[in-house]
Amino acid sequence: MSRLHLLWRKSLNILMLTLTGVAALLVVSVLFLILGCLLWNGGKSLNLSFFTQLPKPVGESGGGMANAIVGSLKLLLLAAVLGLPVGLLAGVYLAEFGGKTFSFVIRYTTDILNGVPSVVIGIFAYTLAVLPVKHFSTFAGGVALGVMAIPITVRSTEEFLRAVPGTLREGAMALGASKWRTIATVVLPAAKGGIITGMLLALARVAGETAPLLFTALGNQFWSPGWSQPTASLPTVIYAYALSAYDDWHRQAWAAGLVLLALVLVANVGTRLALSRGGAARGV
Amino acid sequence: MKKNIVMVCLLLGLAAALGADSTVLLNGAGATFPNPMYSKWFDTYHQLHPNIQVNYQSIGSGGGIRQVLAGTVDFGASDGPMTDEQIAEFKKQRGMDILHFPTVLGADVPSYNIQGVATDLKFTQKALAGIYLGTITQWNDPEIAKANPGVNLPAADIVVVHRSDGSGTTYIWTDFLSKASDDWKNKVGKNTSVNWPVGLGGKGNEGVSGLVKQTPNSIGYIELIYAVQNNISYGEVQNAAGKFIKADLASVTAAAASSKDMPEDFRVSITNAPGPAAYPVSSFTWLLIPGKIPDAAKRDAIKGFLNWMITDGQKYTEGLSYAQLPKPVVAKEKKAISLIQ
Amino acid sequence: MSATATIIAATAPPEAGPRAFIRRLRHGDEVAHLVTFIFAASILLLTSMLVYELWVTSHLSRAKFGWSFLATRIWDPVFENFGALPYIYGTLVTSAIALIIAVPLGLAAATFLAELAPRRISDGVAFLIDLLAAVPSVIYGLLGIFVVVPLMRTVIGPALKNSLGFLPFFKGPNYGVGFLTAGIVLSIMVVPFIISVSREVLLTVPRDQREAALALGATRWEATWKVVIPWARAGIAGSVFLALARALGETMAVTMVIGNATAISASLFSPGDTIAATIASQFTEATGDLYLSALVELGLVLFLITFILNGLARLLILVTERGGQRG
Repeated sequence: MSRLHLLWRKSLNILMLTLTGVAALLVVSVLFLILGCLLWNGGKSLNLSFFTQLPKPVGESGGGMANAIVGSLKLLLLAAVLGLPVGLLAGVYLAEFGGKTFSFVIRYTTDILNGVPSVVIGIFAYTLAVLPVKHFSTFAGGVALGVMAIPITVRSTEEFLRAVPGTLREGAMALGASKWRTIATVVLPAAKGGIITGMLLALARVAGETAPLLFTALGNQFWSPGWSQPTASLPTVIYAYALSAYDDWHRQAWAAGLVLLALVLVANVGTRLALSRGGAARGV
Repeated sequence: MKKNIVMVCLLLGLAAALGADSTVLLNGAGATFPNPMYSKWFDTYHQLHPNIQVNYQSIGSGGGIRQVLAGTVDFGASDGPMTDEQIAEFKKQRGMDILHFPTVLGADVPSYNIQGVATDLKFTQKALAGIYLGTITQWNDPEIAKANPGVNLPAADIVVVHRSDGSGTTYIWTDFLSKASDDWKNKVGKNTSVNWPVGLGGKGNEGVSGLVKQTPNSIGYIELIYAVQNNISYGEVQNAAGKFIKADLASVTAAAASSKDMPEDFRVSITNAPGPAAYPVSSFTWLLIPGKIPDAAKRDAIKGFLNWMITDGQKYTEGLSYAQLPKPVVAKEKKAISLIQ
Repeated sequence: MSATATIIAATAPPEAGPRAFIRRLRHGDEVAHLVTFIFAASILLLTSMLVYELWVTSHLSRAKFGWSFLATRIWDPVFENFGALPYIYGTLVTSAIALIIAVPLGLAAATFLAELAPRRISDGVAFLIDLLAAVPSVIYGLLGIFVVVPLMRTVIGPALKNSLGFLPFFKGPNYGVGFLTAGIVLSIMVVPFIISVSREVLLTVPRDQREAALALGATRWEATWKVVIPWARAGIAGSVFLALARALGETMAVTMVIGNATAISASLFSPGDTIAATIASQFTEATGDLYLSALVELGLVLFLITFILNGLARLLILVTERGGQRG
């Protein structure tokens, strides 16, 4: 092997390895760029009135997004109530009870549902929850988001339940507990950390969804009382304001973006930190 | 754990109960053209009548027509009147008439963002048709230049902006272009959503204004108030009498005055109106109200609002650059409001 | 003796005895089984309903246009002639751009994390990259409008035109919005998927493969490029399919930066539209049943494409993991 060729190979080695490092650095720095951008532009516009006031009429400056923030919270609550129990119990079925073929079918279907683009879920929720009652509503928005939260919850629940050591289950049964009792009082509490993490991550994911809400919850200038009226939400307001030409609306869109991102990131970071510290089963 | 569940249930119940007081909630959707006006009106009306809350979402005239047809909103709004087919469809699906109520007069203006040009450009009808057909591609094209002697038009590509959503503003613009150019009429036609030969799409008047404001050498058609509120330059358009007119309250009112008599169902086009002072791309905009409203509280609220709108409400229009309804139209509307059952 | 038996019989609660006890146990288990089964089955029901709704609501459009829907270039609500081709084109072009940027970048980063970085840094950085995947689409759209679009218009576009302007991809006016901008934004959104899955897959490559290459005198890079990555190529391909499926379905970020025009153009600066973005902007206002049906048919097309891609992705990832276990 000639000296030159060896030198070439060695230089190529260093070059390529450095490039991979650069690539990783680049990707990570994008995250910080996004955060920085939002903090800079959004931070300037965050004030008390943003959180407490309703939007002003078009073209007038000032006002806030109180109704959008509350709207998003209500939608998340609905998504949690409608979607999380389904995900949890389906996950329990897959991990504890499932027969071979049916489990495969359910897992495959859950995967399909997970891959459905959010805008198509929006179409579905419109035909399911808006047309029959002839009403855009918070409830319809909650249905759309709940459906989207199901696959994530199913997967994480099943995974964490499976990770519970068999010895725990056997111990409980040896003491005379029935299967459902074992699950309820031994297995589920053991996997509790991971399951809750999965649920919170599912909610964080649907909190940022916009497209399905455009056809279900529509939007609202005012407070939306109850569950059967249209409601404003952070993502839809960001979308509407960002597209406009009003500088004041742009300002508010940045601020809303910051709030939304903070919510999502805190949920993601917080739950994963709690999970790793809690000593529950490894990784999601 | 159990206590928490009880608390949550109580809170949910409370939240639901809060919706059950005597507030009348109306939901409407549609045109972005009059959105600044409606947004002001509904806010003001809510302050006058705190128990009535009208939530208006500007999703485009196409949306207004669609959703009022589907019955998912209490009323719609559109600057393109519903076609005969759409009205027949409404009657077939909902078993009643759909009534048009003019609210204000507005104008579509050709707004532009050209570097180095601060004056008002004059656009002939041929120029506008050519730009939107894609046959006129540069700002210094003779058709534009000959109407603007002395203006330093750049030799730059024209960035054409139109609506990406179903729009009454588009209806008004394409209605005008169809009258201005046979080419346009045959190739593209007039509708709330057309097959645009060229250009970028913006969502709503808001989106088009946004695009024009941020894109150099662009042109887009938007409602007058959007150009004013966002400090976007807009040009004069040549009317049927050959004069170059800038859109303002006087010229829009002139267009309404010189048009033919208002038909009984209020569906009329006043683009390319005759008369030397008329702005050629003017239009009424309508609220679409179902003929029968079973809920008495909602019916009274809508009727009350409509009566307020054609009287006191008209005082707010000029502040937002919309022209008031002509007196004969107001008189006709007063009678039509009583038709709502 | 009979006294003891009577005492036992008198003091024991009714329905006692081993058989009854087991009956009750099983009864509880049956209920639990049933309940969880119903919830699991409801997912099947929901998904079936979704597909059914898509199929039924798109009936008008499918009946009228048939297969030519996929090949027609025109989307004309006035003359009621609808064709999906411009949107299929837009979807494919933006996704292709996204992958061209994200795959080399993502694979390189994954290689770094799996092969070179110490485990703790690798885990930490992987976590941060996962956070990128959690950022909502509308926020990418926000950044797209206010950061990427002006950059494209003032810096990136002119630079590309100056250097590569002879290529048909970079001809034509540069508005800032368009296919290229949408592709760039999409690439940032899908790169975390490529990194996270590729990294996992690379980590499963057996150590002896790597060590054998190094023992034969290969440099670390040569061992990685010629041995490790090829070993994991099915899984990496799977990650690419996953990223593609995500890119195809992206709605908000794309609709905010793509220019919303029905156009098929070789120029990457041209505005266009994707299937998802079109549905989002036109759905609530589709006047006319045929129009609505055409939009839902678009949704059906999108659903089918992502369905097939996701299936392929899962298969490929499975193949790699099984291969790793065998080795």
